Amino acid sequence: MSVSLAMFLGFVLVTLAITYWASRRTGTTTEFYSAGRRITGFQNGWAVAGDYMSAASFLGIAGLIAFYGYDGFMYSVGWLVAYLTVLLLVAEPLRNTGRFTMADVLAFRLRRPVVRMVAALSTLTVSLFYMVAQMVGAGSIVSLLVPGIGFNTAIVAVGLLMLVYVIFGGMLATTWVQIVKAVLLMGGTILLSLLVLSRYHFSILAFFDAVSAVTGSFCADGVARAGVCPDGTAPIVRDFTQPGLYYHGRWGALSLISLGIALIFGTAGLPHILVRFYTVPSAKAARTSVVWAMILIGSFYIMTTFLGFGAATLVGKANIGVASGGRLIPNQNLAAPLLAREVGGEWFLSFVAAIAFATILAVVAGLTIAASAAFAHDIWFSVVKRQREDEREQVLVARITAAVVGMLSIVLAIALRSLNVAFLVGLAFAVAASANVPAILLTLYWRRFNTTGMIAGMLTGLISAVVLIVLGPSVMGVDAPGVAVRHLIQRDPLFPLDNPALVSVPLGFLASVLGTFAGTAEDRDQAPFSELNVRANTGLGSV
Amino acid sequence: MQPSSSPDWAAIERTAEFRALVSAKRAFVVPASLFFVVYYFALPVLVGYWPDLMSTRVIGRINVAYLFALSQFVMAWTLMAAYVRRARAFDRMVDDLIERHGGHRR
Repeated sequence: MSVSLAMFLGFVLVTLAITYWASRRTGTTTEFYSAGRRITGFQNGWAVAGDYMSAASFLGIAGLIAFYGYDGFMYSVGWLVAYLTVLLLVAEPLRNTGRFTMADVLAFRLRRPVVRMVAALSTLTVSLFYMVAQMVGAGSIVSLLVPGIGFNTAIVAVGLLMLVYVIFGGMLATTWVQIVKAVLLMGGTILLSLLVLSRYHFSILAFFDAVSAVTGSFCADGVARAGVCPDGTAPIVRDFTQPGLYYHGRWGALSLISLGIALIFGTAGLPHILVRFYTVPSAKAARTSVVWAMILIGSFYIMTTFLGFGAATLVGKANIGVASGGRLIPNQNLAAPLLAREVGGEWFLSFVAAIAFATILAVVAGLTIAASAAFAHDIWFSVVKRQREDEREQVLVARITAAVVGMLSIVLAIALRSLNVAFLVGLAFAVAASANVPAILLTLYWRRFNTTGMIAGMLTGLISAVVLIVLGPSVMGVDAPGVAVRHLIQRDPLFPLDNPALVSVPLGFLASVLGTFAGTAEDRDQAPFSELNVRANTGLGSV
Repeated sequence: MQPSSSPDWAAIERTAEFRALVSAKRAFVVPASLFFVVYYFALPVLVGYWPDLMSTRVIGRINVAYLFALSQFVMAWTLMAAYVRRARAFDRMVDDLIERHGGHRR
């Protein structure tokens, strides 16, 4: 048995023990969705970090920096600053007014079933996109790193394990799996960073000297062939400490700004992050959670510098990939694992591979529980059953939903295995920023906001984000003949930006405002806002 | 879920204590949010439109672009700490308000 398989099995045993322990404390809806609201702020901070730092953070950013230098670091910055939106505007009022889901807050003032339906639809869309991306990542990473485990086996294993956590252990098991994963991820990243720096005698200056010796090149427009750009000039060369290797050309700066909008506003609309704030006893504890999460997440993202630049200098971009038929097929996701092997040997590679697996498991468990709450609480209990409370039935429905969502993501991940699905994470953030965030902010802070405005805003944000991504360069594009197909639609993109947030977020807000002014007379009741306003600010009447 | 006699929300909303709480929060949160949004978007704008300027080296091979990106982490943590300090005052105002008008908290 290989070392990585043994480490992976160790993690599985620990998490199954947690699940067994948690299953005996998971019976009611409050226990299933919100871990009985008995998680402390400090514990929840670790769990938020574990829920948030996905494979895209750990393997994705390290790979982007290793391939494109400085530009990859832009994700790290945005994903931390995003928590200021959560801290200042969302976490505490959300904890004070909601019970289990994002829709609770939206439906608070706007008490119509249609509000819950639309909010639940958005939650399910965001969670499923995000989950499929994680699962495909799990399949490719595990099948590369753990010899003897194939792509489909890895996906099925991740899917089934995640289902065991969620169905039997509910939010309590999910929380502790996320905490264990966050501890492993932080520990592994610190160790990896120190080992990288030790190669430079712990001198940051020497490290950056090495980084600036690595260079990349690009053309202002198009792709170079045989060292010449399409317009006949020589490619522009930059070293890895300089910006521009990824975002350049006519749309470079706007792409960067659009990405920034999606990153710093999207987080406050991610349902699986928002529901974590219901697991603590009070708004004060929710604040403490964000503080600990920011300390952990910020430290981690600063260390992505050592992971990414370290892989660029010590492994080298040309060596990051999978050997196949005498050639090396580049694979950004392998930057961190290969760096681990370079600085720590096979044993450390196995450790990092196990961390990657744990990372994905913890994130998909969080996504599944958010999705099952959206269906069972918002659609089944609130709309279908018209709020006739039946605790046992609702928990049963939530468990069945989790099983269905899990199975669906397994099937989708296997079906989409050959495509580059990294854009699904971007899509999840863009939908969250464009559909959920305008609705959440305007519900909490704008007295006039009404049902018509919310429906208009959420649908406009959701549809414009999805349509612009489909028309953009991550889905549309012409692949050179003889190369693996990476684009779903083989035509030139109709929309120039990877990330639609620059257009879709303003559209979401605009439609919310216009819809509000177009609202009907029965939309004008302002009494519910008084209740929301007092409860959000004081915690009076909170559960 | 709700206490048997639900508080008169509109009446609480009109009290001087509640209005003081909301305006105290707004006085911190609005400028703080504007500040972090402007400070954050300065990074993609500067890096996107003036990459050469941002490549100016400051300490050894470490350039303005990297230092400015790092400063975003310092900015986020500083603002976080400032908010936590201010929020203690908000918590006291809430306790005071509940004592006078709110009855019981749960």
